[in-house]
Amino acid sequence: MAYAEQAEREAVHEPTSFITRYIWSQDHKVIAVQYALTAIFVGLVALVLSGLMRLQIGFPGSLSFMDPSTYYQAMTMHGMIMVIYLLTALFLGGFGNYLIPLMIGARDMVFPYLNMLSYWFYLLSVLVLLASFFVPGGPSGAGWTLYPPQSITPGTPGSGAGIVLMLVSLAIFIVAATMGGLNYVTTVLQARTHGMTLFRMPLTVWGIFMATVLALLAFPALFVSAVMMLFDRLLGTSFFMPDMILLGQQTEHSGGSPILFQHLFWFFGHPEVYIVALPAFGLVSDLISVHARKNIFGYRMMVWAIVAIGVLSFVVWAHHMYVSGMNPYFGFFFATTTLVIAVPTALKVYNWVLTLWRGDIHLTVPMLFALAFILTFLVGGLTGLFLGNVIVDIPLSDTYFVVAHFHMVMGVAPILVVFGAIYHWFPKVTGRMLDDRLGKLHFWITFLGTYAIYFPMHYLGFLGMPRRYYAYEGYEFIPQSAHDLNAFITVAALIVGVTQLLFLYNLLHSTFRGRPAGPNPWRAASLEWQTPQTPPAHGNWGAKLPVVHRWAYDYSVPGVQQDYIPQTVSEHDMHGLSADSDEEAD
Amino acid sequence: MDTGSKRTQGVLSRSWQVLYHDWASDKDAFKQVPWGKAMMWIFLVSDTFVFSCFLIGYMTVRMTTVEPWPVPSEVFALTIAGQSIPLILIAVMTFILISSSGTMAMAVNFGYRRNRGATAALLLATALLGASFVGMQAFEWSKLIHEGVRPWGNPMGAAQFGAAFFTITGFHGMHVSIGVLYLLAVAFKVWRGDLDRAGNYQLVEIAGLYWHFVDLVWVFIFAFFYLW
Repeated sequence: MAYAEQAEREAVHEPTSFITRYIWSQDHKVIAVQYALTAIFVGLVALVLSGLMRLQIGFPGSLSFMDPSTYYQAMTMHGMIMVIYLLTALFLGGFGNYLIPLMIGARDMVFPYLNMLSYWFYLLSVLVLLASFFVPGGPSGAGWTLYPPQSITPGTPGSGAGIVLMLVSLAIFIVAATMGGLNYVTTVLQARTHGMTLFRMPLTVWGIFMATVLALLAFPALFVSAVMMLFDRLLGTSFFMPDMILLGQQTEHSGGSPILFQHLFWFFGHPEVYIVALPAFGLVSDLISVHARKNIFGYRMMVWAIVAIGVLSFVVWAHHMYVSGMNPYFGFFFATTTLVIAVPTALKVYNWVLTLWRGDIHLTVPMLFALAFILTFLVGGLTGLFLGNVIVDIPLSDTYFVVAHFHMVMGVAPILVVFGAIYHWFPKVTGRMLDDRLGKLHFWITFLGTYAIYFPMHYLGFLGMPRRYYAYEGYEFIPQSAHDLNAFITVAALIVGVTQLLFLYNLLHSTFRGRPAGPNPWRAASLEWQTPQTPPAHGNWGAKLPVVHRWAYDYSVPGVQQDYIPQTVSEHDMHGLSADSDEEAD
Repeated sequence: MDTGSKRTQGVLSRSWQVLYHDWASDKDAFKQVPWGKAMMWIFLVSDTFVFSCFLIGYMTVRMTTVEPWPVPSEVFALTIAGQSIPLILIAVMTFILISSSGTMAMAVNFGYRRNRGATAALLLATALLGASFVGMQAFEWSKLIHEGVRPWGNPMGAAQFGAAFFTITGFHGMHVSIGVLYLLAVAFKVWRGDLDRAGNYQLVEIAGLYWHFVDLVWVFIFAFFYLW
């Protein structure tokens, strides 16, 4: 008996009550929505924090409660939430959960119960993190990288209970991500439907799959560093803590290695960039192909590029540490690997552009976000080439140039994809369309606004404006123009921040009042749009699993009337399709 | 000679093709591998990274600390009948854990033969060996604590010795303890006849993967912590 037949069985655990259907749900679609809503909620908290920080930088002293400690706490929580609790959770837990089983033709994840646990652990980690706002001393203010010794040394904001809750929350998050990740990887490998070969999977699945593999191999380093730092903080061990004099007193720590933490952290931290980027690459490839009515250019190369980027991402981590004090030869090695990553990444950008080339481009809201992503990722990627070289990085290190770079490449770019993907798949999730006009307004303000925010930051970086400062007055090397620019950036940031309310309103309104979408509003070929019901019912596929006959990108195929061929259509069906399609056209 | 090497080449490229087709085909990449087993393998790869990071962290702090590192063969010596024997307890613990891998492998074998009683008994034996390992570890911990070894310092030398020792052996001991509970649960299911009703003994083999992994990790801890 082939174990693949496991997938054939009817979905088990058909939920009967409200609680099993929507709360303790084992259905991947419900879990995905739970993940997404939680991530968006906690992301809003981080968005508000960034607004507070910008107000302090742009208009110093405008917030009475903003002292240096509060500023650092806002900065730390903003970074940590955005990278881990919003983007990672949303891409893997949200999009991964929803799309993987539907796109590969499975009834659910292979272990639904574990999948459910994954969400509840994630929620717990979010609650623990948010609890740190309410403990004495407040949340950690160590910067999102949490570098020791300062992160757990008295005097740093939140070095009491805040950092402990942060580390515990991270450990819980990693448990959640591991439970989810095991499910995603096993599902992609072992539970594909008839005819769904690896090279027929949509690039979305490839991106999320590879990102999950990275998560399973990178999060252990963060887990270990969190455990060790917890012990340093709570038990007085000295893994990361060197001999130190604090306020004239020798501390109790001795002989630890702060740079060990940096290595462990960035061994996680750099793959983390791609845990966020690879799903975005995958999703955006599908958006571009569908909305340009063309097959993705160079599908196999796109897959191999995803794999190559994933592998290379594990050997570049120390490019975050050029100024940390390393052997210079390490810098040479890591600069080389960093620049090598540009090859598969550039290949992907070329292929996106070549997919657009002479396509039938529909400027729908998802397509606008996808195009914006290509631009933004290109800008962010090019500044990455500067920072990847040791000799250029050293003067730019810890300036706003770095802030501009990573926000462009792994902040704005993935978020644009998140928006595009939500506008694209919302009809699948709810059966209704998001409002188009609100969507376009949301797009233009967000897109232009982010450029108004981050383009000037590159210039500020060149001026030498350091990052992580609480206030910039009184430094002679910072000219007046920088202060004016800071005020400008703050205004832009606040406008973009408030605009997101438009998006939330659109989500809420369209869920109940949106225009009914029908089963396949974008006329997409991939499998998730071919479910018998929209939104898909429990078990996704009714009595029989679908059979896949082609890849996910048959758009505008010559000689076929309809401009897309669903993956479920066989060659045999094709004859029927072209014969009676004339009648359908009338 | 020439034709021979060509034939080898042909076989090689054919086996590559088979591998490629297996991987790229529909339904499942690993043929005849149940979901639980695939997932356990992936989990173990991830867990390998956890232990690797712990061990690399330990080696790094052992190199960065300026205090002398306590000599393991002296710290871990037991005085039996007036004679100090280095590493004797660790040797016995290692022997027991490796032996438990043997009983585990036999349990899997009897599982394939659908021998319910022998499988359950061997699983139980494995769990008992594991529990005795944890018991000896508890003895070792209490002995060291009694001698003044703490996570934050010890009388023999570098403070990182205690920190790394308790962290790494503790984390491994936790894995063994969880494994013991896991094996007992599986043994109970086997004994009750659940697996005969399910029609296969995969559950035993999957538990076996975990158990062998925990043993293998111990070999590395033994080599890097006790023998170095």
